[in-house]
Amino acid sequence: MREIAVVSFAQAHSVRRDIVHNEVEILMPVVAEAVSSSGLTRDRIGFTVSGSCDYLAGVPFSFVMALDGVGAWPPIEESHVEMDGAWAMAEAWTRLQHGDIDTALVFGFGKSSVGELPDVLTLQLDPYMVAPLWPDSISVAALQARAMLDAGLCTEREMAEIAVRSRRDAKSNPFAQLAGDFSVDKLLADRCISSPLRRHDCAPISDGASAVVLAAGDVARALCEKSGRAPAWIRGLDHRVDSQALGGRDLTTCPSARLAALKAGVGDGPVDVAEIYAPFTHQEILLRRELGLGASTRINPSGGALAANPVMAAGLIRIGEAAAAIHRGEAKRAVAHATSGPCLQQNLVCVLEGE
Amino acid sequence: MSDPVRELPTPLKMITTPISLDYTITPGEAPTRFLKGMMEGRILGERCPKCLKVYMPPRGSCATCAIPTREQVELSSTGTVTTFCVVNLPFYGQAVEIPYVCASVVLDGADLPFFCLLAECPVEEVRMGMRVEAVWCEPSERKPSLENIRYMRPNGEPDASYESFKEHL
Repeated sequence: MREIAVVSFAQAHSVRRDIVHNEVEILMPVVAEAVSSSGLTRDRIGFTVSGSCDYLAGVPFSFVMALDGVGAWPPIEESHVEMDGAWAMAEAWTRLQHGDIDTALVFGFGKSSVGELPDVLTLQLDPYMVAPLWPDSISVAALQARAMLDAGLCTEREMAEIAVRSRRDAKSNPFAQLAGDFSVDKLLADRCISSPLRRHDCAPISDGASAVVLAAGDVARALCEKSGRAPAWIRGLDHRVDSQALGGRDLTTCPSARLAALKAGVGDGPVDVAEIYAPFTHQEILLRRELGLGASTRINPSGGALAANPVMAAGLIRIGEAAAAIHRGEAKRAVAHATSGPCLQQNLVCVLEGE
Repeated sequence: MSDPVRELPTPLKMITTPISLDYTITPGEAPTRFLKGMMEGRILGERCPKCLKVYMPPRGSCATCAIPTREQVELSSTGTVTTFCVVNLPFYGQAVEIPYVCASVVLDGADLPFFCLLAECPVEEVRMGMRVEAVWCEPSERKPSLENIRYMRPNGEPDASYESFKEHL
C-alpha cells in the first residue's frame, strides 16, 4: 500500500441558515484555503472528488455547479459520490493507490436548511414499505435510542451529558454552530421532540462545507515540511454497510461500524483522539463501544456533529479534525468516523497517525 | 390436480407512493445582484478579475479561475446567435406554440452565451451569427427573473462573422 497523508484541512463556519450565499459561494473559499494551505497550486492537484446530495440541495446535478468554485478548466480529473465527503476521501485514497498521481483534493458541501432535513432524509429509507409512511430521521433515531435505553445500554442523563460536553468543547471551535455552557438538569427538563429524544440529543441543522488535500509519500513529507505540520498518515481505512431493513437489525448494535473499525485497525494501538460522527447523543455511546474506544481516548474535541452538522460535509470534517489534531502535534494516533443512512447504517472508519 | 401456477395471486405491478418536498433556495450573492438588475430592466454580468471573462448570468465564481467575480458589467441587450435549435416536438407543459426556436446568444460584452427564445422571425431564417436584440416585458410585469427578457428578435444588423463568436460556442 502507498502511504497517503492528509496534508491540509479547511471548513466553513457552520450556520443554521445561510440566506446570503449559495453552495458554490460557501464552498469556494473553503477549497481555496485547503489547496493554498497544503502548499500546492491548483494545477498540481492530480484528482478532485466531492461528496454532496441533490435531494439536500433540491437541485439536480448540483455537484456539477459546485465545480464552478473549484476551477475545472482546463479539464481536471474529477469524480463525485452522492454521499458524505468522507466517502469521497475513500475514493481519493483508492485513486492515489494507482500510483500515477500524488495529490488529491476532496470536498463535501451542503445546505441542510433549504429543505426540511428530517423529511429529506426519509428518502434514504426502503422506498416500498417504509418511506411511504414518512418516518422522519429524528423518529427513526428515536427508535434506536429507545431500544438502547430499554436494554440498559445508556441513560437519558448520559445522553444529556454528551450534549453538554460537546457544546462545551465547541466553545474553542470557531467553526461550530452550537457552543456554550449548559446544565444537564436543565436540558433534561426540556420536553421530548420524539420520545426519548430531546432537542439536545439531536445535531443542529447546518449549512457548511469542508475540504482536505491528500498527498502520497515523499510529496506529503515535502509539503508538510514546508507548512510546518506533521503529516497525518492514513494507516487504516474501511467502510461497511448494515441492512437497509430497520426491522432486520438489532439497533442496539452496529456490526458495520465494528467491522470497519476492526479492518481499519483501530485496536492496534492507543487512540489519543477520536472524531466520531454521531448526529444523536445515544449514537456516540453505541459507536464508542463498537469502535472499541476506551476512557483514555478524547472524544470529539471539536464538539462533533452535535455542535455543527452540515450534512455531506460533517463526516469529512471528522477526518479533517482528527488529521488537524495530528498536524498540530496534539495527537499521535487518531480515529475518524463517518456515518450515513438511518440509525448508523453505513460507517467509515479511518485511522490516522503522525510520523 | 390443480395447476399451482394458475393459483398464484395476480402480481402486484405498481404502487403509488407520493413524495413532496418543499425547498427554499437561496440564489446567492452574485445571482442576487443579477436578479436585482433584472428588476430594473438591466443586464448585469460580472467580470473575472483574473481572466477578465464576463459571465452572464453570473453565478458568483469564475469557473476557470475558481475565484469570486465581483465587478459588475452592464451589458447591452443586443447580441449574436451562436447556435440554436428548432423545436418541433410537442410535450407536456409546453409554454410556446411549435415550431419555435431556442437559441444560444452571447450578448455584446459578455463571454458566455445564455439560452433564450428567439421569435419574430421565420424559423427557416434563423442562423448562426444572426444579430438579435432583447424584447423586454412591461416594467410593471418585472420580477426577479431572466424571464423579464421575453425573447430575442432579429435587430436587422448584418450577421456577425464566425470568427467573432467562435470562442463562445
